[in-house]
Amino acid sequence: MSTTRRRPEDQGREDQRPAELDRGEARRGRARPPGARRQRRSGERRLYWMWHDTMVIAERGLRQTTRIPELLVFATVQSAMFVFLFRYVFGGAIHVGKGVSYVNYLMAGIFVQTVAFGAVAGTGVGLAEDLQQGLVDRFRTLPMSRMAVLLGRTLADLARNGISVIVMLLVGIAVGFRPQGGHLGWLAAIGLLLMLSFSFSWVGAAIGLAVRNPEAVQSAGLIWLFPFTFASSAFVPIATMPGWLQAFAENQPITKLVDAVRAWALGQSAGSAGWVALAWCLGVLAVSMLLAVRFYRRAATLK
Amino acid sequence: MSALDVARPAILVEGLCKRFGETQALDGLNLRAPAGTVLGLLGPNGAGKTTAVRILTTLLLPDKGRAQVAGLDVVRRAGRLRAQIGLTGQYAAVDEFLTGRENLEMFGRLYRLPRRRARARADELLGRFDLEGAATRVVKTYSGGMRRRLDLAASLIVSPPVLFLDEPTTGLDPRSRLGMWELIEELVAGGTTLLLTTQYLDEADRLADRIAVIDSGRVIAEGTSDELKRLVGGERIELTVTSHDSLDRAREVLGRHIPQGESVQVEEGARRVSAPVEGGAGRLVDVVRELDAAEVALDDLALRRPTLDDVFLSLTGHEAEVDAGEGKL
Repeated sequence: MSTTRRRPEDQGREDQRPAELDRGEARRGRARPPGARRQRRSGERRLYWMWHDTMVIAERGLRQTTRIPELLVFATVQSAMFVFLFRYVFGGAIHVGKGVSYVNYLMAGIFVQTVAFGAVAGTGVGLAEDLQQGLVDRFRTLPMSRMAVLLGRTLADLARNGISVIVMLLVGIAVGFRPQGGHLGWLAAIGLLLMLSFSFSWVGAAIGLAVRNPEAVQSAGLIWLFPFTFASSAFVPIATMPGWLQAFAENQPITKLVDAVRAWALGQSAGSAGWVALAWCLGVLAVSMLLAVRFYRRAATLK
Repeated sequence: MSALDVARPAILVEGLCKRFGETQALDGLNLRAPAGTVLGLLGPNGAGKTTAVRILTTLLLPDKGRAQVAGLDVVRRAGRLRAQIGLTGQYAAVDEFLTGRENLEMFGRLYRLPRRRARARADELLGRFDLEGAATRVVKTYSGGMRRRLDLAASLIVSPPVLFLDEPTTGLDPRSRLGMWELIEELVAGGTTLLLTTQYLDEADRLADRIAVIDSGRVIAEGTSDELKRLVGGERIELTVTSHDSLDRAREVLGRHIPQGESVQVEEGARRVSAPVEGGAGRLVDVVRELDAAEVALDDLALRRPTLDDVFLSLTGHEAEVDAGEGKL
């Protein structure tokens, strides 16, 4: 029979059922072998299992976060340090134009920096550790979806990054951050930050799988992020930079991201920055996903 | 290996080759293990044991040759095969930050058991592997032996018909090692086909039905542990006398204890006399008494059991070369 797990109290009634009912059940497809439908359904089923496995891996990632709270704590303490340094040390010397206080200007930069660093380092180091400990090998011998190992982790890291953004927001408010943006603006800003987190997690995944040594991943993952975050509109207006640097700073993705998040948070018009930033995220996501999947395949076959 | 052998082997490897850059890790490897038996893969670091296991568990593609596990080709039917095998590698591949139960539950769900069954199975395995007390502890706090047990448990979640254990006791203390052996023996008694790689002759001796000795990616000898021991020559008594004058008397004493057809070897320069013997420690005591009676003074005396080095020495003429650089292959 099709229904295998029945509670005992149901069984008595079941036995008295007229035979037609059972056939009706069969007609609805519950007892019939998939047969012709198998072909069409195999794609669906594959997607279902990929999602199932992804959730198992994501759950593992979230559990890890609760077991190693240091990771989250240090990441947020570091960002909080940046807030204090820029707000109180450099802030007085930086002029961002009339009508905007420096702390209001600064926080968008902090959000983007926190998310970008957290995503690249978190995912990259995590995957490199999985490789080193042989966990990736074990996952690869299981009858599970291969994509799920990467997707589950990047999704768990997305949740972790969401928490650090909230913490940073609270830190910002504590030091005088008073955003004027409406609900829609904030929704768009948070959406873009999550998008950034997800796509940079995949960058981290690609780096982690290519470099493999957790300590090396830590530096390889972050070293290139410094010029991108500092030579941008994150902490100072680009207009104060030398001409050649302005050309870079104005057109690179971090600036677009910061500009969009800042405009939305402060209730200003983001102009084209929002779309350009989103396009950058999607582009980075596509390329790093391709690379990460390729490196994942190679990671285990190389050894 | 006759053509009449109708039982389909659980593991069948023919002419497997794999090269990593300059290193020929596998060079025409042939293996065969009938269902329900234990095949021991014995060899030093870098011999190609792990490479073979990685190919058989779908982690690595071979350059050449063919391999079937549970009747499934490891390359073309890799996806299906993964539901039929379990692997426990050289290092415990479990998540350090999860508890023992969470680890097993996670792997169970990745084997696609429903959540409730994955949990039940986890509890069952924790009990069987004597990890109940540590079930809710984070694995980071486990001892080496506990980790290995958890790792082994993780590869048994769906009771796979074919199990691969890659150096399951390397780095374990003697007591944990014995514990692992007992667990493995229980498994095998349940009918699991097992491929076991090891650097230790005693481990292969105790656990394996047949042993394949591999060197430089190829099988250089294959047989039961008794057959291999016969090849190597079993136990030997080795003694070093204090003065050259007593060499002859020592030779005479040892001569009374050797099995028929064997001979006593004398190295004059080193004042060393050695001979194959049977009967172990009891025989050694007899020899000591008689040497004493013959007034032979000794610098050194030992009963040597054959080691992997002896197997290699007698099979290849060179000692097992331990190449640390290839240890992870």
